[in-house]
Amino acid sequence: MNRYPLWKYLLILAVLLAGLIYTLPNFFGESPAVQVLPLRSSLKADTVLLGRVEVALKAAGLNAEMIELEGTSIKARFADTDLQLKAKDVLKAQLGEDYVVALNLLPRSPQWLTSLHALPMYLGLDLRGGVHFLLQVDMKAALDKALEAATGDIRMALREENIAYSGVSREGNILLVKFRDAAARSKGEEQLKQRFADYALTGKEEGGEFLLQAKLKPEAEHRIEESAVQQNLLTLRNRVNELGVAEPVIQQQGADRVVVQLPGVQDTARAKDILGRTATLEVRMVDDEHQVGAGGVAPFGTEMFKDREGNTLLVKKQVILTGERINDAQPGFDNRNNEAAVHINLDGIGARKFKDATRENVNKRMAIILFEKGRGEIVTAPVIREEIGGGRVQISGKMTTEEAQDTALLLRAGALAAPMEIVEERTVGPSLGADNIARGFNSTKIGFMLIAVFMVAYYMMFGTISVLALAANLLLLIALLSMLQATLTLPGMAGIALTLGMAIDSNVLINERIREELRNGITPQAAIHAGYENAFATIIDSNITNLIAGIALFLFGSGPIKGFAVVLCLGILTSMFSSVLVSRAIVNLVYGRRARLTNVSIG
Amino acid sequence: MEFFRIKRDIPFMSYGRYTTAISLVTFLLAVFFLATKGLSFGVDFTGGTVIEVHYAQPADLAQVREQLGAAGLPDAQVQNFGSSHDVLIQIPLKKNIAGAKLSEQVVSALHQHDASVEMRRVEFVGPQVGRDLINNGAMALLLVSLGIVGYLWIRFEWKFGLSAIIANLHDVVIILGFFAFFQWEFSLSVLAAVLAVLGYSVNESVVVFDRIRENFRKMRGAEVTEIIDNAITRTMSRTIITHGCTQMMVGAMLFLGGETLHYFAMALTIGIMFSIYSSVLVASPILLWLGVSREDFIKPEKVESEEVLP
Repeated sequence: MNRYPLWKYLLILAVLLAGLIYTLPNFFGESPAVQVLPLRSSLKADTVLLGRVEVALKAAGLNAEMIELEGTSIKARFADTDLQLKAKDVLKAQLGEDYVVALNLLPRSPQWLTSLHALPMYLGLDLRGGVHFLLQVDMKAALDKALEAATGDIRMALREENIAYSGVSREGNILLVKFRDAAARSKGEEQLKQRFADYALTGKEEGGEFLLQAKLKPEAEHRIEESAVQQNLLTLRNRVNELGVAEPVIQQQGADRVVVQLPGVQDTARAKDILGRTATLEVRMVDDEHQVGAGGVAPFGTEMFKDREGNTLLVKKQVILTGERINDAQPGFDNRNNEAAVHINLDGIGARKFKDATRENVNKRMAIILFEKGRGEIVTAPVIREEIGGGRVQISGKMTTEEAQDTALLLRAGALAAPMEIVEERTVGPSLGADNIARGFNSTKIGFMLIAVFMVAYYMMFGTISVLALAANLLLLIALLSMLQATLTLPGMAGIALTLGMAIDSNVLINERIREELRNGITPQAAIHAGYENAFATIIDSNITNLIAGIALFLFGSGPIKGFAVVLCLGILTSMFSSVLVSRAIVNLVYGRRARLTNVSIG
Repeated sequence: MEFFRIKRDIPFMSYGRYTTAISLVTFLLAVFFLATKGLSFGVDFTGGTVIEVHYAQPADLAQVREQLGAAGLPDAQVQNFGSSHDVLIQIPLKKNIAGAKLSEQVVSALHQHDASVEMRRVEFVGPQVGRDLINNGAMALLLVSLGIVGYLWIRFEWKFGLSAIIANLHDVVIILGFFAFFQWEFSLSVLAAVLAVLGYSVNESVVVFDRIRENFRKMRGAEVTEIIDNAITRTMSRTIITHGCTQMMVGAMLFLGGETLHYFAMALTIGIMFSIYSSVLVASPILLWLGVSREDFIKPEKVESEEVLP
């Protein structure tokens, strides 16, 4: 009765073998590496680039353990971090601004393992070190900006069509257009309906004035919010590229939040600096007609901002352009006097708007304002010399090369559509990460050894079998985590330890049942059979209640807790397999063949 | 080797009055400390900044405080963390300073006096996030409770589900009571431990309940109290050994896992201790009190026999 058919042994063996193969890469460790990624989509990581990297490294006398082209990047592995850092500098100098040269860690496992997609577990930030940010997008500001831009566009549209209107104003989320008579209003309504499909228009008469109310439709509002987040994601991706991080994670979380994870980033101050510039950019006209002192109140329709030197300027509220209209911005030099300059390239709509604005405002000043966390600062306020068409703009004067580079970086990364704020930050230094791994590993090891010694002493042969099953559980759990490439965090390591501690429960249940059956006086073979049969329902029940807790933790947990939950759930599944099937298979192999079993070693 | 060779069933149910009194007192004490002292919520929930720095030589906390005070952070809490070389700095949320900037400010202030300072860890949590985490934690607790009651209802009977969840929420309140009494930091990982305990200690009740159900079928004619006593006595050995093994693992984490895992393991330890007690001496008396009977399991036969009667 205690025999498995051959296929069952083979199945268990196959599962354990697969477990072994996928656990193996974790033992080889990781080597420092340099990863080269093209920054623009027009450039490809190909064999030509691979050749350039090889030549550059050889010329510098840096021996790479391996250089390969994988997917969209080129990876070069080195023996130590010293070589890695040197190689990074060499490649950065050789390849220039168009490529990201990032530090990374690559598994040292042999080729045949990698080709089976057997990779080491993916370590979370608390184990490998790095930065985690949670950013919140300010949706109100995104809507405000859309409404403000629409105000300007409505004015422009009415002017283009020569429709007489006496003013456009904003009350909360409603735009009010005032007309002199009903005829103008109906003409205006017709025009605006065509051009502004996102707005619901209603007519209204108030105090002898003919008003037209424009209200943003809910679906348009939703679309603006959605695109604000998308725009910010894109911008953050560009900025992270500038940072040179090998495997960044940039994801939307919920309706209005963005997660940014930068594994292995050691210079956290710089990361924060570049990402922390959660800024939006606006181009507006400077109001030179009014003169207001430092403490004065800005006249209606204008705002006061300071420039970098601390001088205050009056700027009109109407926005000509926002950062999203900027396609590209590069630092460079003015052809005429060789001064540092920034060259800006606008998209179609931006170019048209810019042309109109510059035509109407020759010899006036425009201001490029950078908003950081609700505070605006004028980056530069150049004088418009002539009408600028075609969308090619150059800003120059009073700039150092570095300032030009800075300004270009901010403009190029395409200023964010809506301001963002860091609402959560977790930074773990690399040394703490290594300590965390050691601690998690040690406590699991010691705990496992304690359990093993106790089980063997208490249950003898059956204890030994239980320990083997527990070891199989650990093997399968690590294999599964490596296979799924689930993020392993410190709470995740705690989860491994805890599931091992809990998994032994199933074997204790079985062993106790067998003892009890033996005490009741049935033959050893029957006792083993009954022990496993009777314990099975209990094992299922108790594991399912555990699984319920694990799933709830996964659904509602965030960050490191999610890692714990993943391990808990997977561990419950592997423990059911190993404590029931694997241990039974060993028991059957040891005892099942003997027809006249008089005595089992169960303490 | 065998620790438990119990020949006769221990009459647990006749101790019901005492055990209920004991758990009621512990429970009320826990609620009392929760109400008066409250939980010392970590930065995950309250929002604020935590910075861990490492010094090459043992750190002088008074000096660190002074340096931070000079840098405009007089309300920073400074304490050792794990070893005398490691210092944990906690700064409450501030309106005018963004958290991201704060950590740089602190590290550069400390760097001025001692270049060996190494930044080990920064955690900044804004107020919005803290609120979300509390809501999510409460949702998870609710979902786990409902899930377990539902499962036990389907698998056994509603009386079992109800008594198991009462017993285990009793454990949860007691763990929280300990954290309130000692003012240990209640962080996100402690919350995870509490929820894991909930799933784990229900195990315990399930094992006993399974036996109770089995006994109802096997021990015909026995009193309900006898059935429960027998079930508890016969699973006791397994209970102690299983929990002992889990505790070995958790103990290793408690002592070797470092500061980060310490309170996580602490919550598990308290949870394991009390789950032994509550599943045996709280869940079963409640089950008895709810009036569990053989008919809860052997209903269908009765209906059939009624139909056959003329």
